[in-house]
Amino acid sequence: MSLVNFTTREITCKIVYYGPGRSGKTSNLQYVYGRVPESRRGRMVSLATQTDRTLFFDFLPIDLGVISGFATRFQLYTVPGQVYYNATRQLVLQGADGVVFVADSQARRFEENLESLQNLQVNLLQQGIDVRQFPVVLQYNKQDLPRDLILTQTELDDALNFRALRSFTADALHGAGVFETLKGISEIVLKRLAAGGNLK
Amino acid sequence: MTADLNPRFRFDTFVVGSANRLAVSAAKSVAESPGVAYNPLFIYSGPGLGKTHLLMAVAHAARTINPGLVIEYLTLDDLVEAFHAAVAAGQGEAYRRRFSDIDVLLIDDVQFLDKQRELQAELLRIINTMQTASRQIVLASDRSPSEIGSLDERLNQRFAGGLIIDIAAPDYETRVAIVRRHAEERKSEFSSGVLETVASLANTNVRELIGALNRLIAFQAVSDQPLDEKQARVVLGGIAAAANLPAASDDEFSSFLSEISSTVAQQVEAWRTRVAVAVLRWEGDGYRISRLNALLEQDTPPDPDLVLKQYAADVERLQALEAEATDIDASLGGNPVFRDPDLVAEAEALVARAREGATPPPGPSPFWQLADFAEGPGNRMAVRAALMAVEQPALKYNPLVIVGPSGTGKTHLLHAIGNGLARREAAVVACLSTQEFVDDLIAAIDRDRVSWWRTRYRRVTAFLLDDIQLLHSKERTQEEFFWLFNQLVEDQRQMVFTSLVPLNELEGVEPRVVSRLEGGLVVHLPPPEREVRLAVLERLLREHDESVDPELAEYLAGRNVDSIRTLQGVLQRIINAAEVRDEPVSAGLARELLEGVAPRQPRRSSGGRRLSGVVSLPAASVRSREKMIWEWPDSTDRIVEDLR
Repeated sequence: MSLVNFTTREITCKIVYYGPGRSGKTSNLQYVYGRVPESRRGRMVSLATQTDRTLFFDFLPIDLGVISGFATRFQLYTVPGQVYYNATRQLVLQGADGVVFVADSQARRFEENLESLQNLQVNLLQQGIDVRQFPVVLQYNKQDLPRDLILTQTELDDALNFRALRSFTADALHGAGVFETLKGISEIVLKRLAAGGNLK
Repeated sequence: MTADLNPRFRFDTFVVGSANRLAVSAAKSVAESPGVAYNPLFIYSGPGLGKTHLLMAVAHAARTINPGLVIEYLTLDDLVEAFHAAVAAGQGEAYRRRFSDIDVLLIDDVQFLDKQRELQAELLRIINTMQTASRQIVLASDRSPSEIGSLDERLNQRFAGGLIIDIAAPDYETRVAIVRRHAEERKSEFSSGVLETVASLANTNVRELIGALNRLIAFQAVSDQPLDEKQARVVLGGIAAAANLPAASDDEFSSFLSEISSTVAQQVEAWRTRVAVAVLRWEGDGYRISRLNALLEQDTPPDPDLVLKQYAADVERLQALEAEATDIDASLGGNPVFRDPDLVAEAEALVARAREGATPPPGPSPFWQLADFAEGPGNRMAVRAALMAVEQPALKYNPLVIVGPSGTGKTHLLHAIGNGLARREAAVVACLSTQEFVDDLIAAIDRDRVSWWRTRYRRVTAFLLDDIQLLHSKERTQEEFFWLFNQLVEDQRQMVFTSLVPLNELEGVEPRVVSRLEGGLVVHLPPPEREVRLAVLERLLREHDESVDPELAEYLAGRNVDSIRTLQGVLQRIINAAEVRDEPVSAGLARELLEGVAPRQPRRSSGGRRLSGVVSLPAASVRSREKMIWEWPDSTDRIVEDLR
């Protein structure tokens, strides 16, 4: 996917929210959806089961209008977290410009976070993408849960963030940290414009 | 009703940044050419981001460019008040009429239309009135049309039909530029870092920024020492604390947008932004932008600003050329060459040609060819002279004047000569009726372009005029004709004229013109002889897909008619009758029709029958059978009848 198309004067950012099942990826998108003026957002497509677990993926297009002469659009996707939907995850990852890894801060979900993170690396690698060169930020979600149930940012950084990526704490259900995370990943993605890696 | 314009609110005092560049660009276009570019222009943004400033800047700029424009700025409140007052005074119609005199109408605070059905209807009417008259409307609102409650769908469509554009919150750099400019205007100097502190207040709009700056100016005025960055933070503490509170959730998106805009602006090279904005502007105005697109596709163009400047200069040149071209010849307006800045040379050439009168006068009709002209003993001399004029223009007979009564083929021969001459290399053949020639001159006089008109005709390689007797009493045309004639003789251009009457019988034509016409060769076209009639009939029958019945051709050719036109009419009548009767075109049918033998009762076929237009009712319902007309003779029939 072209991030910047100078001929049509468009910037399109595809950002994928990745992470284990029930970590809060869809909640992130729902919160963003609720804050974007109606005129700026497309229909949020969500294919979920009755128990609210994403079967396929969520898709939220956002039109940021013309910025510096470029029609700028963001496309936010989530992947299904459940292990057995790996084919869908690979499909959604195709052409992504950046990934938000949404980790569940609960101590008991630690292993699932790790597995999902490894799965992300494998899937990126399969598309010939070196995760060390690719824009990824971490979001430690559910930080609103009681202290004794969750790990702190430092603990999670120690456990998951061995590449020293930018990390954010969040309570996606109520919105805390959602836009900060989105800003964080967007900034990294857009700064690659200058690097020329994704030009055209 | 116009509110006073703030003299400070001009384009040159508006700080342009990535968040508002497009809105400013659109507003400038509107001020430069009201009613042309974006109509209506709808600007929306959060409070304090410069909507009112932009509206008033449009007013100032438009007035500077054209002081004669009637410009009104008013808020929706003013509009409501005036509307209610007018309705109360029973002057609703007068109130509406006044808008037809306004050239540029600027309406602020349109968001108050929210749920006001009556007012929305009124605004719709105003917009319709203004748009119909190509007058400009600019509206400003603190929210987009789709967020204005219960907005009439028709209004929504009107807004969408123009340009809806938003102003985002300014990025940090723009905020610094804004506070710097205001500090300069207030002639206040601050230590380094102080103004940046003001600009770093998050989530503030421009009005609040200026408020914070005013606070610092007031503090500095009463202090002995200039404020430093730290003191500034203390002074602004209250504001900063308020601004740093978690943003109201609704503003999260605005803040996100502002930051993204800032990041994009930093990442997209500044020249790309300038080019992209120029592309949007010129594309919107209908110009081809391939040169700018090519520029955008380059990685590091040597001097993009020079390209932009040259492009803008080319557009300006095209506009001037188009204006000049339209003035010379209205049909040149809208020519695609004036919309492509890469074709300035072509546009120059087009205008130069128009200037020199190179747009050729009307030429001969391709319908009439010499090969189709039936030759007979009587017209042989004329046909030979015509051939000679085509083969050796201006060398043998110049002018060639063809005289003959109506319907003998003068126009045919004239256009046939014209077509023959037009086949020569670089030929410009003027072939038109004298009436067209007179009308063309009148139009040129009317538009004060007589010299252009003269040039246009003096450039022709052949000049052919039909029905020269129509010069009768056209003194000015005769005068121009006389000079044109002399010029064309001198330049050895072939001239051919036709006349209904012999030259010595021309009335109302100056002797000097007549004597010049007589100076070449005058040939006569007599009424068609049998041989000519036969040839014409055979050709016409072939054209009608009819097999040529020798008996019919002989019979008709044997009838004495004085013009080919009459002959055509007779044949047409026979063909029509044959169609109606569903019979072949035959000599028998022709005799029956032309010699008064009572026609057989026509079979009443359902199709192809031409009735009189009188409704044919069943016989039983018609009281007087004598009054029922089955078929009116057409005009040709009546002529033949008269001849008999």
